Amino acid sequence: MPDIVPSQPRGRDHRAPDVLRPGAWVPMRQYPEDEEVDFAIVGTGAGGGTLAAKLAEYGFSVVAFDAGPWFRPLEEFASDELEQEKLIWTDNRIVDGANPVELGHNNSGKAVGGSTVHFMMVSLRFRPEWFKSRSQLGYAVDWPVDWREMWRYYDEVEDALKISGPVNYPWGPPRRRYPYRAHEVNAAGLVLAQGCEKLGIKWSPTPLATISAPRGLSPPCVYRGFCGFGCSTNAKQSALVVWIPRALRAGAEIRDLAMVGRIETNRYGRVTGVHYQREREWRFQKARNVVVAGYAIESPRLLLNSANAQFPDGLANSNGVVGKYFLVQSNDAVWGVMDKEIRWYKGPPSMAVTEHWNYTDDGKDFFGGYAYMSQGPLAIEWARSLASVRGLWGKALKDAMSQYIYQAGLKICGEVLPREANRVELADQKDEYGLPIAKVTFSYCENDQKLRHHAVREMRRAMEAVNAKDIWDSESTAHLGGTCRMGDDPGTSVVNADGRSWEVPNLWVCDGSLMPTVGGVNPSLTIQAMSCRIADRIKAMAARGELNAPAALRSRTAHAVGAEI
Amino acid sequence: MSDRVRFPGYSTLAKRNTSSWNEATRLVVDKRLYQPPARCFFTEDEWPILLAICDRIIPQEGSDRVPIANFVDQKMAENLGDGYQQADQPSMQEMWRRGLRAINQEAKLRFGETFADLPGGRQDDVLHMVQRGDVRAPAWKEIPPEEFFKGRLLHDVVTFYYAHPRGWDEMGFGGPASPRGYVRMGFDRYDPWDAVPAGQDR
Repeated sequence: MPDIVPSQPRGRDHRAPDVLRPGAWVPMRQYPEDEEVDFAIVGTGAGGGTLAAKLAEYGFSVVAFDAGPWFRPLEEFASDELEQEKLIWTDNRIVDGANPVELGHNNSGKAVGGSTVHFMMVSLRFRPEWFKSRSQLGYAVDWPVDWREMWRYYDEVEDALKISGPVNYPWGPPRRRYPYRAHEVNAAGLVLAQGCEKLGIKWSPTPLATISAPRGLSPPCVYRGFCGFGCSTNAKQSALVVWIPRALRAGAEIRDLAMVGRIETNRYGRVTGVHYQREREWRFQKARNVVVAGYAIESPRLLLNSANAQFPDGLANSNGVVGKYFLVQSNDAVWGVMDKEIRWYKGPPSMAVTEHWNYTDDGKDFFGGYAYMSQGPLAIEWARSLASVRGLWGKALKDAMSQYIYQAGLKICGEVLPREANRVELADQKDEYGLPIAKVTFSYCENDQKLRHHAVREMRRAMEAVNAKDIWDSESTAHLGGTCRMGDDPGTSVVNADGRSWEVPNLWVCDGSLMPTVGGVNPSLTIQAMSCRIADRIKAMAARGELNAPAALRSRTAHAVGAEI
Repeated sequence: MSDRVRFPGYSTLAKRNTSSWNEATRLVVDKRLYQPPARCFFTEDEWPILLAICDRIIPQEGSDRVPIANFVDQKMAENLGDGYQQADQPSMQEMWRRGLRAINQEAKLRFGETFADLPGGRQDDVLHMVQRGDVRAPAWKEIPPEEFFKGRLLHDVVTFYYAHPRGWDEMGFGGPASPRGYVRMGFDRYDPWDAVPAGQDR
């Protein structure tokens, strides 16, 4: 019987799984632990996976670590909601606050490729003004980055992932067409389209990171609908199938099932490498630079768990900002029954979107914005919603479940404002590695609540406009951000515009936790664009001799992989 | 809520040997169907309470039932958590243990019998009380009844029924879909391997 949850590391013996070919391997360069690599990257998702590929392609020596396994999607991804929970970070964490966050499926991943392995592939750009929301829109805080610079990197990522989207996207500054054509919108998406048209607002096929035409060894999307549980055909352009193979080809090493527990520092206050556990043994990798890319809970947790005599409050935390300003996005939804068959289990879950309330400020009694999208929950997720939100069980639950193929729904990705009181800190409990676990405290503020109420009211109007019956709403949250925020002021941020920590110059952050605000769109495209930008900044700084213990930029040929396979 | 929609003759399992199921899916679902886990977490005293609860939350007819309680037991035995724990609440395992004890205590206090010995209608009454937080048994001092009912009891029981092909068939869900997905995506469209509701002459 094949093992479909790897219990042993696969990235070793100078080879790595070829995720695009069953049973095959690709060569992987490896680095000795006692040799300083240019960059040790902790995490291989949208932040770390992207950065590993870019830095390796620029000639740096890179070792990237992931606590999760290295899956082979073609052989190991079942069409099964329960089995695929293996992709989620389910190590225990304490949640607190007035609105404790449900951690798991909506906001974590534990696999090479991180949460992009099971993300819904929605690939939207920030509204330009959000990069200066304090100066231009009057709320929250500015990013230390200009949108025009980010636009170039959005272009780069959309091309790297061959985003499938419309010829003309209705919002934002003029842009070129998406690399691949838009997918046919499923009935669930057409409900959104009809609703928006009745209300007189724009809608669009959602730009998605699943391909609409063949690309290399990836076939076009077959609309199997299990996107949130891992793509078993490799149509999804996740970090696992895009950035990680690029990183390997450029000479990076990826260590799977390798949990980094602590970052080491020397007496000069510089980081020297990472302590990590692999195969039940604590090991140490020397590095000239360390990049934290474990997302907005694990990244601050690692910095806090790395406290020592010289850095008693954790690394990069003398101003106390690490773990603060924790962000989520509100994920409220409105559901209803249509008189036509919808069968929302077909196709990616969110095939249509409206960003109307991201780009319209009129008529709002709150700051920030939200997009709303069509939905497609599968059996277990839908049953849990009916049970937990509507309180249905017994015959009532079975009757409601029998309406499944007529069901439609809309759900927001809503902006939440950064507040210091929302935070990640260390709990007293320890995990299997003996490391203190994270405690995550979150409460909505009044502005967040006003946004949610507005969104639910608008989505109800849209559902009523298409004659949906039996309309009800539910609440949830998705995505994370904010806990290692970037900024211009060393007093109020953890890292600068380059993702470089103010306090420890060879310590970097490159994931969603450096986002000081989250806007009203899914963050993965922005995280990847920022990673490409940080890679370019690092390359430029290295060329100018501005890196701590600068590594000479090597020629790419020097990294030709000569492993014996 | 309108009448229940039925899908006569529809079976996700009938697609097992088609291109709708890949080998990984067959492995996982076969195991769920043919090797249900034996009880090893809940005690002999707790077990009949859990069995009775599962029967009320998900009514099943006939003798060939989805062994929901066994899957709940396995989840507790393996301590496969959800990834988070409320600051003021006990662990997942403790929630179940204390919850079962409290439900049984509530049944005895209100109706003078253990939960498992009550008739179905009375069991429903007890469960509704717990769901509403309208409880009197002292054991509820240890856990919040509404949160236990919604976040633990319903969550787990419902999950394991709708992880089973029988749950998929009843709701008209397509079930496993890989490498073959779907082709017809618009309003009122269905593929030949989709469920068709009764009474539709097509």
